Amino acid sequence: MTDFADIWSYLSRGPLLWLTATLAAYAAGDLLFRASGRNPMVNPVLIAVCILAVVLKLTGTSYATYFEGAQFVHFLLGPATVALALPLFDNLHHLKRTVLPVFAALVVGSVVATGSALLIASWMGVDQMLLASLAPKSATAPVAIGISQELGGSPTLTAVLVILTGITGAVVATPLLNLLRVKDWRARGFAVGVVSHGIGTARALQVHPTAGAFAGLGMAINAVATAILAPLLLGLFLS
Amino acid sequence: MHALLIILIAQIAGEFVARAAGLPLPGPVLGMIFVLGLLIAVPHLREMIRAVAQTLLSHLSLLFVPAGAGVVGHLATLGDRTGVILLTIVVSAVLAIGAGALTFAAVARLTGSTDD
Repeated sequence: MTDFADIWSYLSRGPLLWLTATLAAYAAGDLLFRASGRNPMVNPVLIAVCILAVVLKLTGTSYATYFEGAQFVHFLLGPATVALALPLFDNLHHLKRTVLPVFAALVVGSVVATGSALLIASWMGVDQMLLASLAPKSATAPVAIGISQELGGSPTLTAVLVILTGITGAVVATPLLNLLRVKDWRARGFAVGVVSHGIGTARALQVHPTAGAFAGLGMAINAVATAILAPLLLGLFLS
Repeated sequence: MHALLIILIAQIAGEFVARAAGLPLPGPVLGMIFVLGLLIAVPHLREMIRAVAQTLLSHLSLLFVPAGAGVVGHLATLGDRTGVILLTIVVSAVLAIGAGALTFAAVARLTGSTDD
């Protein structure tokens, strides 16, 4: 009979175990989310990430080994982003009548997302490399990383800040927008997509299909807006 | 199967155009725009891609878990600035979501565009 340690060392090196662990951690997060009465503070992504972080730490598994398995889930992000065309198409009748609100909310949302972060961080005495890494944080990850590199930021740091921004938006959006009494699903979804890209869009899709469609739209056009605005706004803060 | 093929081809086309034209857009986002254009041109394709698209989107949150797990390993790189950065991220997200949603709702009201 093979010893448990041998079986473990075999499994922990292959993709099967970590793919399963990713799904199990998310299933646990989703279960807690449902058990909480779909409370937005109980975010399934955040819970899954925390569970996995503990498991990886306890088993001494490197992220590279983990990603061998998790890459199959990660890969689906691309096709899923393309699939956002479906809710957008279903909400086309909304889109045609919202050109002005979309444009106004894009400019305000994007400028406030980048500008307020730069303002707070520079006020706290953060260095220039960190400011450059922070500037594109509301854009979807591949775009944000590209912008950060051009501005002299750190791509790794930007990836971290992008994910943190996404999770923050997904957690705060519902209570915040209820507090502000914004009832328009288009407005709610769009703002979340602009500020919190794909993670915010995933959250908006859970809440309402129209909010999900507008979040997808917000994520897409803020990728372009951030590429234009982030260098301009950063220029104001660099000496 | 055809639905997945359409989605993957759109993604490849997106990656290709984004790189060839040097656009500040990721391939999948451009692919999304291509599929939207395709659906507008040929509306009956909607039924064909619906099941696959809905399956992918119903688990969109799950797809961010591997990247999220990567973040935890890098939190240490934030070092003594962790508190400042978390504060910045949270405050700026709250301000921007609030300002963006209020702007959208206000301009929609002014232009008589209702949510129905």
